[in-house]
Amino acid sequence: MSILIDKLFSYATKFVAIAVLLLVAWIFTILFQNSIDSIEAFGFDFLTETKWAPNLEKFGALPAIYGSVVSTFLAMVLAVPLAIGVAIFLSELAPAKLKSPVGVSIELLAAIPSVIYGMWGLFYFVPIVRDIFGGIGISMLTAGIVLSIMILPFMAAVTRDAMNTTPDILKESAYALGGTKWDVIKDIIIPYAKAGIIGSFILALGRAIGETMAVTFVMGNVHKISFDLTEPATSIPVTLANEFTEADTSLYYSSLFELSLFLLVISFTIISIAKFYFLRRQRAA
Amino acid sequence: MTHTQKRIITNNIVMILSALSAIIGIGFLFWILGVLVLNGIDALSWTIFTQEGAPPGYEESGLKHALIGQLFIVGIATVVGVPLGILAGTYLSEYGQMSKLAQTVRDISDIMMSAPSIVIGAFVYAIVVAPMGHFSGWAGSIALTIIMLPIILRTTDDMLQLVPSTLREAAFALGASKYKVITQIVYRGAKAGILTGVLLGVARVAGETAPLLFTSFNDNFLNTDMSEPMASLTVTMYNYATSPYEDWQKLGWAAAFILSMFILSLNIIGRLFLLKKKGK
Repeated sequence: MSILIDKLFSYATKFVAIAVLLLVAWIFTILFQNSIDSIEAFGFDFLTETKWAPNLEKFGALPAIYGSVVSTFLAMVLAVPLAIGVAIFLSELAPAKLKSPVGVSIELLAAIPSVIYGMWGLFYFVPIVRDIFGGIGISMLTAGIVLSIMILPFMAAVTRDAMNTTPDILKESAYALGGTKWDVIKDIIIPYAKAGIIGSFILALGRAIGETMAVTFVMGNVHKISFDLTEPATSIPVTLANEFTEADTSLYYSSLFELSLFLLVISFTIISIAKFYFLRRQRAA
Repeated sequence: MTHTQKRIITNNIVMILSALSAIIGIGFLFWILGVLVLNGIDALSWTIFTQEGAPPGYEESGLKHALIGQLFIVGIATVVGVPLGILAGTYLSEYGQMSKLAQTVRDISDIMMSAPSIVIGAFVYAIVVAPMGHFSGWAGSIALTIIMLPIILRTTDDMLQLVPSTLREAAFALGASKYKVITQIVYRGAKAGILTGVLLGVARVAGETAPLLFTSFNDNFLNTDMSEPMASLTVTMYNYATSPYEDWQKLGWAAAFILSMFILSLNIIGRLFLLKKKGK
């Protein structure tokens, strides 16, 4: 009897573990199957066509891809220096008394759902952007800024963790040679934790590109490529969030599924690069 | 200027910049928290908990429908996702260990934890909503279960591995079967850690909005039938906040406040569990 339970339990655990892999494969398959109509209708033009006109049954993803790339790029440009600053502050600069409360509150803020960042952005940031930069406030720029604030806590926390992997003895040796804090940071910590720090940034990038709610509120979902950052725009997740419940033809659906598949493949790739190329090397080091 | 002076000045500049960015970063975040608390408390009242949604301008409106819907959708996702996640995590730590299969499951789960949740919504739409012909609470729960699974799985795996192998060996030496060792020794040793993982997993999915938009959809009234569209705090918050009606926006802030407090409390409780364990 107990041998039977033993066997059953081990099979049950193995079954669920394998099921996780099958589930991921199933997700890719289903998204692909549902994209076939759109893939057949547009082929590779889907990714380069600039017109997204549901009433004409014409679907091109370029405006959404452009919006995803630009808003994520803006978010990274704004968040990376701040995250490095916060991480340096938390790992080297802050007095011991401040380190833990500030660190914990940053981590807690990373846990706040992105829909709340989006709502804050809509009510408090849109008017500011409107006043300073003009336009209606709902824009690519607002989306980039809100996105940068949303990923900042996550980015700062992982960057700090990466910096903290530097052995104390290395830092102490450098201080003993008369190094200033900045000398130690640039010559010891950053070279030592380089892979981990870059990995954290890429991981944050992978998250930002798939982020939906923080940007849906403030981007406007307008399928137009505009180089003016104060114009409303769209991104892949924003398009999905706004249009999935509105799609009325099978080609429309299929195009949305192709967008989802594209997004999943892109973020899967980015996250894999971060995890396996950079963060694993750090673990091995 | 000597070289040393130069270095000291550079150092001071960098340190000031770093402190400044910390202040800016933390300032922004406290701004958000402050806005949330002020607007939230302003919007809170008893009717929030006792009344359902109502047309804009109607005095007696509340969030009862969204609170109960949220409880159903997240509750069922937890009941399904937690045992499955713990089982899979048990396989990784106790059976699979460093095998190729176990490593692959770990890697894929790590990626899935950061993958865009809206894509999970699209997947569940295709496999549940489209065949059924309409949105449903079940579809929302399934989406959240899929998002929760990798989180529970990885924390369980990590926490079980922290249990010293001498404990397992001692139990084996007494003649216990592997099943007994796992359920009575390993699980007990990792109880606090697993619980933390569960709390953090629940906290994570409770704030998910994107995968619910086109699975459980929304309903402005109380509904306890999981096979029908169902309100959740997050989707309600999104709909109310983007509406042009001031009283709806106010309800949106109340929902945002309740949800954030719930999620922050789960996170804090989870951390306390781990701290208590470390303190021992």
